[in-house]
Amino acid sequence: MSDDPLAARRSPPAVVTGFFTDSTLCIGCKACEVACKEWNDVPEDGFRWSGNSYDNTLSLGHSTWRHVKFVEREPEIGRGGNAVEKMAWEFSSDVCKHCENAGCLEACPTGSIIRTEFGSVYVQPDICNGCGYCVVSCPFGVIDRRESDGRAFKCTFCYDRQKAGLEPACAKACPTGSILFGDLEKLERVADERIARLHAMGMEDATIWNPKETSVGGTHAFFLVRGEPRAYNLPENPVMPTAHLKDAWTSAAIGAAAIAVGSLLAFALGGRK
Amino acid sequence: MSDETYYDVPLLKPPVWTWEVPVYFFVGGAAGASAVIALAAQLTGADRKLVRDARRLAAGGAVLSGPLLVADLGRPERFLHMLRVFKPRSAMSVGAWTLTVFGGASAGAALVKGRLGDLAAALSAATGLVMATYTGVLLGATAIPVWAEHKKTLPIIFGASGLASAVALLELRGHDEPALNALGFAAAAAEAALARQTKRIGAAELFSGLIPAVLRIGGLKSKRLRRVAAGAALLGSLLTRLAWVEAGKASAKNPRTALR
Repeated sequence: MSDDPLAARRSPPAVVTGFFTDSTLCIGCKACEVACKEWNDVPEDGFRWSGNSYDNTLSLGHSTWRHVKFVEREPEIGRGGNAVEKMAWEFSSDVCKHCENAGCLEACPTGSIIRTEFGSVYVQPDICNGCGYCVVSCPFGVIDRRESDGRAFKCTFCYDRQKAGLEPACAKACPTGSILFGDLEKLERVADERIARLHAMGMEDATIWNPKETSVGGTHAFFLVRGEPRAYNLPENPVMPTAHLKDAWTSAAIGAAAIAVGSLLAFALGGRK
Repeated sequence: MSDETYYDVPLLKPPVWTWEVPVYFFVGGAAGASAVIALAAQLTGADRKLVRDARRLAAGGAVLSGPLLVADLGRPERFLHMLRVFKPRSAMSVGAWTLTVFGGASAGAALVKGRLGDLAAALSAATGLVMATYTGVLLGATAIPVWAEHKKTLPIIFGASGLASAVALLELRGHDEPALNALGFAAAAAEAALARQTKRIGAAELFSGLIPAVLRIGGLKSKRLRRVAAGAALLGSLLTRLAWVEAGKASAKNPRTALR
């Protein structure tokens, strides 16, 4: 950077930002869900009684951009602060992963979904025409079409707040520091230090979920969870849908060639009455 | 690895598409294949009436396709946003542009006479090949497990299905060229073979595969059997598209396949 003679004349590059959500610090208060709804004016998403622990929201969706999961576990000594005879409880605040290689962004035929200067994935509401292709292209089931509106919605990574130099509403509201926001590279170092510390303290099942070795290429929102990520509905081998394109188009070419050659042959050999 | 999930809550969101999308797959596929038949018939000097009807079928299908796709949008008034950008890595974008070119070319081929019409017919056939097969790519290159698993077979199943329905519609219009029966047989045989491979054999597979294939062997001698085969193939082609879209919805509900 320093030997670039034009460096001083360029505008400074926007920092790529991220979310590091640490489930070991989450107390399940859902302040992030509420702050997100309030700041972004997200409508209610149904009043249901799920029976699944204290989670009546169940998943992210068109009108749920932060979602606190309540994972119940068999008690183990040293797991959580619970007495041995009670169950162990873990909470984790889920959010759009803002993938490095984003399926929704690649699929979007209108160019509504873009990569912002902060590295996040953003749906431009004035462009989206509600085609629904992003919905089937997200390997994490995040984005969805709001039928009352017709367009697709998901976490904006508080693009408006970041533009104004503010942190996203959920991170601002988090009372325990479970949701950390900042420079993605620095956050990854923070996470590495945190996991090393937890392991040293004996919490050996703590693990970082960030699928860097998959076609998704890592996520800008990544998580520290205990035990297997799949218990938190976090897939360990997500596939970026466009990874299937080469195989699918090859088949389409074979099919098209067969139709073309077959039609010509059929008529050449026996077309006349 | 454990079988644990998060209260069996689905990981993926099911497709939001309603009947318009699979019906478009059917209509667009038939139109695309019909444009190919029109060109093949023309180049080999087949009956002019067949060429004319196949061109008309392609144009009619293209005209129907537009409203079906617009109706499925959450914001139909924004359908032109599909043509704001061209994204080769989005099968939906490729499809929107292909349909646009195919629609114009097919209309030209059906309405304009002479060399200009023939030129339009050639473009219509070229884009028709994409129309008949890209919908398989559209489903295959997604996060929906059952579609992605069949990314290699779906474009061929849909292509064969498009060919079978174009043949059937032309036969039901009164065309009796042996070439049509042969093409219908080839498409049905391909679908029967692929149905075995996908291990999914229901009404859609029977009506598009085994039933028309057998009827078309009898159809070598009997015009009536050919008509029955055409009816079965037409029904099978529509059912195939409806079934694959519904399969995607069911597939999205199972968190275990998505968490693998």
